[in-house]
Formats: sequence, structure tokens, C-alpha cells
Amino acid sequence: MRTFKMGGVHPADKKISKDAAIEKLPIPKTVYISMGQHLGAPAEPCVAPGDKVKVGQLIANATGFVSAPVHSSVSGTVKSIEMVKDLAGKPGKAVVIDVEGDEWVDTIDRSETVVKEITLDKKQIVERIKECGVVGLGGATFPTNVKLSPPPTATPTCVIINGAECEPYLTSDYRVMIEKPDQLLIGGTILMKALGVDKCYIGIEENKPEAIKLLTEKAKEYPGVEVVKLKKKYPQGGEKQLIDAVIGKKVPSMGLPVDTGAVVQNVGTAFAVYEAVQKNKPLFEGIMTVTGDCSQEQRNFVHRVGTPLSFIMEHCGGVPEDAAKIISGGPMMGKAIVNIDAPTLKGTSSILYLTEAQTKRKPESNCIRCGKCVGACPMGLEPYLLNKLGRNNMFDELEAHKVYDCIECGCCSFSCPAYIPLLDTIRQSKAAVMKIMKSRPKK
Amino acid sequence: MTNTIIFTIATLAVLGLLLAIVLYIVAQKFKVEEDPRIDIVESKLPGANCGGCGKAGCRAFAEAAVKEGLDKCFCPVGGNPTMQKIAEALGLTVEAKEPQVAVVRCSGSCDKRKKTTVYDGLATCSTIASLYSGDTDCKFGCLGRGDCEAACKFDAIKINPQTGLPEVDEEKCTACGSCVKACPKGIIELRNKGPKSRRLYVACRNQDKGAVARKACLAACIGCGKCQKVCAFEAITVENNLAYIDYTKCRMCRKCAAECPTGAIHEVNFPPRPVKQEVPLNK
Repeated sequence: MRTFKMGGVHPADKKISKDAAIEKLPIPKTVYISMGQHLGAPAEPCVAPGDKVKVGQLIANATGFVSAPVHSSVSGTVKSIEMVKDLAGKPGKAVVIDVEGDEWVDTIDRSETVVKEITLDKKQIVERIKECGVVGLGGATFPTNVKLSPPPTATPTCVIINGAECEPYLTSDYRVMIEKPDQLLIGGTILMKALGVDKCYIGIEENKPEAIKLLTEKAKEYPGVEVVKLKKKYPQGGEKQLIDAVIGKKVPSMGLPVDTGAVVQNVGTAFAVYEAVQKNKPLFEGIMTVTGDCSQEQRNFVHRVGTPLSFIMEHCGGVPEDAAKIISGGPMMGKAIVNIDAPTLKGTSSILYLTEAQTKRKPESNCIRCGKCVGACPMGLEPYLLNKLGRNNMFDELEAHKVYDCIECGCCSFSCPAYIPLLDTIRQSKAAVMKIMKSRPKK
Repeated sequence: MTNTIIFTIATLAVLGLLLAIVLYIVAQKFKVEEDPRIDIVESKLPGANCGGCGKAGCRAFAEAAVKEGLDKCFCPVGGNPTMQKIAEALGLTVEAKEPQVAVVRCSGSCDKRKKTTVYDGLATCSTIASLYSGDTDCKFGCLGRGDCEAACKFDAIKINPQTGLPEVDEEKCTACGSCVKACPKGIIELRNKGPKSRRLYVACRNQDKGAVARKACLAACIGCGKCQKVCAFEAITVENNLAYIDYTKCRMCRKCAAECPTGAIHEVNFPPRPVKQEVPLNK
């Protein structure tokens, strides 16, 4: 069985919501569609208050190469364009729409039939993905069309579909693999065509045997697609780790993943690509998990982008009494929700309730140089050293020790027996070092 | 035995002499010509290497002062007396600058600004600021973890545990600006010390609308504009729901502070206001 070679940790699995089928979440009365749902420049609204919009209608244009358009997820009237607080409490521009009915744009194919034949050519596919505002749904929300237009220096050789879902608790990707296997495989085929390659790997961790079995069976009908069983280890779903695990190549430091020839796309993204290309459906829905040990209900939903998180929580029986922390994303890399009225984004993958015992940090003690963090780091860094250097603002040394390679997976903090908040300091110093490096004149 | 000792001493002495000659020749050949005035200027500087002047340290300041003149160089730590001494040493003139001091533009103490979330990670302001808006509802206010205190080389700014806000010791503050750079919320500002060290400033950075600001913090500037109306010298501007007093125009009449409904305008080192004599009406 394959896996990545360096570091990694084994957090408890906790996939307690894996048997809950994907349900359709009701549409709220008002949605708040954020303009900054992707990595890169925020989109610019092209509707005005009072305008009538339909489901799937373009409401904001991309504003640069690394940017993505935004589409309405509901039908109704644009109420206003205002600053709305995101889940971290930071304000960002959003289009507020009052919902009236559920009228879709005519061009979207709403039928349930699986369209297998790909009629568009390479260029049209990338163009369609761009128009539909598809972004990477693995967490970083990087515009997918940019990933499908690699620089001329790199030659892609294969597509890797990320079905590792290595974060504990999350099950949205697993449900897609179980419930939409054909769509997913066609999505993979489209990605192959867009890049002009003839190999597509789907990497799935061993803790999802049903998905592996089902997709291996189905993949026989799709030439070039191969399911790869991976050992269970976090952070297998990291782009660099997955490439190492599946094709055994290392992404060079400061290089692009495509330098190895592999283009990685998440399961959710592949499904979104299928819907965009075959059904002409822009990305305005997302699949998310509501879970947690203390959560009353374990469910998976299709949500309309812009639904307030509080609406979803209410729909699932409210916030559990013993929940001390609510997280959006997985427990390892997710962000704490400060503002529960924040709207969902394209990349929102979960609402996770954690109890106080699960979240409370223990008091920090001294580093005993046991080296556990060094063994856990999947990038081969020395977290204990970076922490020391970071606390003393030694930026030259931090750069020499490649702090910029950190993927912020949190394995170091997870493994530290002295409970040192290693990632917190490393993230800080990484940002500072990146800033210094960017300010340098280019050669 | 004695021979060995004498021989050893002689060898070492000759060796030392030879090497000294080599070193002397090398030192002459690769001599770096340096303006002797740099050393003189450096000796006059405080030697804190704080970077408050914008240079890498006191030596860099001295080099710049000798090379470029004193127009763009000012040592905030030494202040006017030091600059005067340097000017004399270089045979230049320098204009006296108004002394400055750091002020903290947030009055959201623990009792006025409720905590709405619990932060449990690394306790530095920069970390919190990079993660979210802060543990109170005011996303502009002081985070109280003391990045400014850690940055200060003069022990002049300290977090008061009672209020959770930093306090500046104006005797020690040299206005080097380290705390201004360290604060991720941009709360600290360098302002003129003012006549008799008297100052007036708006101790708030909240740019939310009045109602939102007020709900988050009882001491917030709500942008009502009363201070602007009452000011006779056009020193106050209200922008983005936040008032700002221009210290170059302010004449310290204190009318604005009396008018402010939330007490966001702070007055420092003024004598206490005269208590209004209650004049009995019927007499």
C-alpha cells in the first residue's frame, strides 16, 4: 500500500457521519454571497440592489487571472451589497439576496441523467470551468482553471484525484464517492482531456473500503482511470504529500506541484467540474458535513452558497449544549467559527462541534528536544528550531531553514508532548519571511 | 634546560615580530578610509540601537548624518539636545523638533468592552490578529497581549492587568516608534507632547457605525460629530464614523472632551476642571 514517505501523524478516525446520505438543505430566506470565496482577488459585483436574479445567474465577475466569478445560489431580489462578517469576524463584501421561489437559469441541465459523452474540446473545457467559477474544494479554494493552465515550463503527465479525506470527522468527499461515482469518474476524464494526459489516479485511504471497492469496479468503464489504495496517515490529502504517495515524486522546494507532472484535484472539485462541463451548472452549491461527538445529529448536506451557518445549525437541532468550540473544516486545519451568522462559502466543508475536553489547550512547558515534531513534519522541517527562531525574530535563519516550505498541517503541534504551540509561531514567522522574500527585487 | 627556555622565548619573539610586520603591511595596504566624524557623531548618540530613526542602528544613523546632512535624520531618543550636539560637531544647524510621545488610542478596558470569545492559543497580538477579529466584538480595539510591551526597549509601555490596556510612561517614552510598528491594530500613535505635556486625543479606532460600536464597547467613538461642531479651530475631522484630532491645530480648549457622550476623548495632564458653582436661583 502506498503512502508519503516523510512524517505524518495518526489522529483518531472519527468518521461518525459517514453513513448519512447527502440531503438537500432547505433554502433560507436571505443569503449572503461573499465576493471573496476563492484564493486571489475578490470578485466584483455586477448586479445592483433591486435587481431580480435567478439561480445560477452571474452576479460578480472575476477581477484578475487568479480570481473566480460568483453566481447566485438562489432566485430573488438583490437587497444590498454590503460588508458582511466572515466566520472569523472579519468583514468582506457580499451580495445580499432575498429569496423568492426557486427559479433556475434555463441553460442549466437539471435532469438526473448522467451525461457520459464529453463534447467540448480542451480549450472549451477550461473556458467553461472558468465561467462556472469552479475552485478547488479541498480547502485552499484555488481557481481550478488556473491549475488547468500550467506554465509552459511544465508538462503535465497525470491527474490525481484527492479522495484521501485524511482529516478526522469529515465525510463529504466520501459521500460523493459513494453516491456519485459515475459523475466523479467522468469529472476525472474531463480533467484528463483538459490537460491532454491519459492517466488519472484516484487516491483513497484504506479507511474507506466501500469507496475503494465501488470506484475500482466502476473505473473499469473509464479508460486511464485507476484507483490507488493509500495507507491511512495525516496529511495525506496535502497536495505535495498526495503526489509523493501516488506517483512517488517530490515537489521541489519553492516549486509548483505541476513540476512533477501531476495535477491534483479534490473529489468535490472533480464533481463540480462534471456539473460545470456536462450540465452547464456553475458552482453555487457545496457539500458539507455537520458532525461532532457532542452533535445531536450526524448529517451530510448539499447547501446553497451564502446560507448562514446559524441556519444550518438551527436545522440540525441547534448548537449542542456541551459544544465548546465550533469549527469549519477538519479539526486539524479547520478554522474556529467566531461569528455563527457568517455565510457558507464554496469551500465550506463542515460544521464540527468539539467539546471543551477536545479543544482546551494544555499549559505549555519546556522543549525537551525529543524530536517528535521533527519526525512528524511531512515537509522535513525542524519545527522546534523554527519555533525558537521565530520567537526571536531571526528571519534570516528562518529562511535558511526553509520556513516557507511549511504547509501548516499542524502535525508538529499535534505530536508535541510539551504542548508547545509550534504551528502558531511557525505560521507567524512564515508570513513574515514570505513578506520579506516578496519585497526583494526580482533578479 | 635554560637553553630550551631561552630558545623558545627567542623563537616566539621573532615569530611575533615577523607576524606583526606582516599585519602592519596588510593593515596599511587594505586600509578602509572612514570619515572620523562618524565616530564622533556615534559617540554623541544614545546607543540604544532601537531603529526609531528609521536606520539600522546608531552607527548607520551616524553614517547617514555625516553623508547626507541632518535634514532627514532625527534621533527621537536623544531628541533636540542630542541633535544640537551632533549639529555642533558637524558644523551644521538643526531645527528643534517638537518632542513626541506614544499614545494608546483605545479605551476599551475590561469593564467597558465585554469578551465574546475565548482565545486559547499563542498569546501574542500578531497571532490573534492573523487568525480573527479579536476576542471582543470590537474588531479595531486593543488585543491586550502586549506586543507593544515586548517591542519597547525603554520599558516605557506596559499592559495594565486591571484594564487590559497598555499604558505609556511618558517620562521613559522616547517616541522611537517601535510599539507603533509592533501593534497589529495600529492603535498606538506618536503625537506631539504638547505644552506642559498636555494632550487631547480620541482614544478609539472603531470605524463601525455608532450603534455597532456602542454595542461592542461603552467607550467607543460613535462618530456623532459633536466634537467637530464644538471645535473652533477646525482641528477635528470625522471620517468613517471616527473622530480624529489634528494635534498641529488643536489649541487645548477641551470643549470637545466635555461634549463627547462616550468619553472617548482623553485629556492628559490638564488641571482638574473647575467644579461649577451652583448658584441658588432665588436670592
